[in-house]
Amino acid sequence: MDFIYLLFILALSIFLGFVIISRVPPLLHTPLMSEANAISGITVIGAVIAAGSEIGSPFTIILATTSVALATYNVVGGYLITEKMLKMFKKKGQ
Amino acid sequence: MNMEIFINFTYIISCMLFAFGLKMLGSPVTARKGNFISMSGMLLAVVVTLLSNHIITFQWIILGMVIGASAGAFTAYRAAMTQMPETIALLHGFGGLASLLVDWSAYHNHPTANLMISIPTFLSVVIGGVTFTGSCVAWGKLSERLPGKSIKFPGMQFVNIAILISLVVGGFIFISDPINNYPIFLAIMAVSFIFGIFLVIPIGGADMPVVISVLNSYSGLVACTTGFVINNTVLIVVGALVGANGIILSIIMCKAMNRSLTNVLFGGFAPTVKAKSDGEKKEAKSMSLEDAYLVLEAAKSVVIVPGYGLAVAQAQHAVRELSELLEKNGCEVRFAIHPVAGRMPGHMNVLLAESNIPYDQLVEMEAINPTFDTVDVAIVIGANDVVNPAARHDKASPIYGMPIIDVDKARTVFVLKRSMATGFAGVENELFYYENTSMIFGDAKQTLQGLIAEFKASAAA
Repeated sequence: MDFIYLLFILALSIFLGFVIISRVPPLLHTPLMSEANAISGITVIGAVIAAGSEIGSPFTIILATTSVALATYNVVGGYLITEKMLKMFKKKGQ
Repeated sequence: MNMEIFINFTYIISCMLFAFGLKMLGSPVTARKGNFISMSGMLLAVVVTLLSNHIITFQWIILGMVIGASAGAFTAYRAAMTQMPETIALLHGFGGLASLLVDWSAYHNHPTANLMISIPTFLSVVIGGVTFTGSCVAWGKLSERLPGKSIKFPGMQFVNIAILISLVVGGFIFISDPINNYPIFLAIMAVSFIFGIFLVIPIGGADMPVVISVLNSYSGLVACTTGFVINNTVLIVVGALVGANGIILSIIMCKAMNRSLTNVLFGGFAPTVKAKSDGEKKEAKSMSLEDAYLVLEAAKSVVIVPGYGLAVAQAQHAVRELSELLEKNGCEVRFAIHPVAGRMPGHMNVLLAESNIPYDQLVEMEAINPTFDTVDVAIVIGANDVVNPAARHDKASPIYGMPIIDVDKARTVFVLKRSMATGFAGVENELFYYENTSMIFGDAKQTLQGLIAEFKASAAA
């Protein structure tokens, strides 16, 4: 049942994504993509659980810690780059 | 148990904040606030996850986060606007790899025969692997560490088909018995890494905007499948949002080049070096700076069409200065932006915004095309194929059907260009031979600076 319930969420989210994103003007497509990068770093949640819950083999610790680093890189890099770009978009006389 | 409910409840709020953040990117007025809202959603999700009682030790989390955050901040600080495409390509790759590693450690710790987990694990490894190495190749091509042109070797198609078959077969073996097939799992991962390289390496530099968009959607898909593996709803929602984003942008880019996604990804653009019908030897007119200045001085409406050549010549600031002088002279100046101008979706807008050109002057192709009848001068800088009128009427042209900016309908067209060389597609541009077109040969930046000097000299006189 869990699986069906997750698929249900997936289907609705895809629909939501199409509706929201098709309204973003081409003017902002580059910041949109770096924003997408930042939020795809949400994997950090899974990585954090993997790195913190198992005091298992050194191997899994390496995998999970690397994953935390990579996902955090995405989150921080993505948001800062988006901010850096958006800061430059100015209206006339602004 | 209560904690579990609390965490999941917070995840719902995070998802809503992400969705709102993206929605606010719909306008440059609200975009920055949107980015901030999205950030707070992320912070909330991470903090609440750290409270989970699944987490026992924090040292590895802290280590990973410190490394990732400082590297990310450094990258963001260093990245120039012209380098955005490769920077973003690299971020896609890291996102894909991060998800893959989460699945790998989940599988390493608790291999399970549950199909609802082994299938998403398999998909994560394949898509994550392809995203990672594919993005690395895209990064290399965009940053010119690898040759930008298409690289192919004989029999490549057969190799790719063999890879695909081995992935399918390997997948069946793995899914049928995940617990005893660790080596198969590793083999699938290795093959996926190779596959990613082979998929991107034959794609030429001009098609990179599509590749980046496709990799963007892959990086979303991996987050999604990882969400299934670790049973986490936020990952699924966010993965779907990112996946949809990549798909939409890929479609927009393909439409702007009048090509199908399969043609871009697997076809490779055949540069039709078709001998053009040399019925009459046409001659392009060239114009001196002084004459060009006189035409611009009298103009009431000017449209500037920038291409990536403008950024290569580092002429963004010169173009902004010229546009300010024209406006001071009582002329309306607009910039016409083709969707594939630049090296990734929306890239040209960022480059122009960086040189302080207000975004209300940046006009999309569809919006500006109907107004060209009233335009006195169209200045084409570093763009070629996107202003070739052959795309509208010449069925023999390889770019036939591609949407273009109708500069030829303006009263006068200036083309700033080094020489008569052809564009990316290797197609002759008939615009150069039109009655109302004048070529201004030379380096775009120097030409613009020359025009600026003329304006300033006359203002001083």
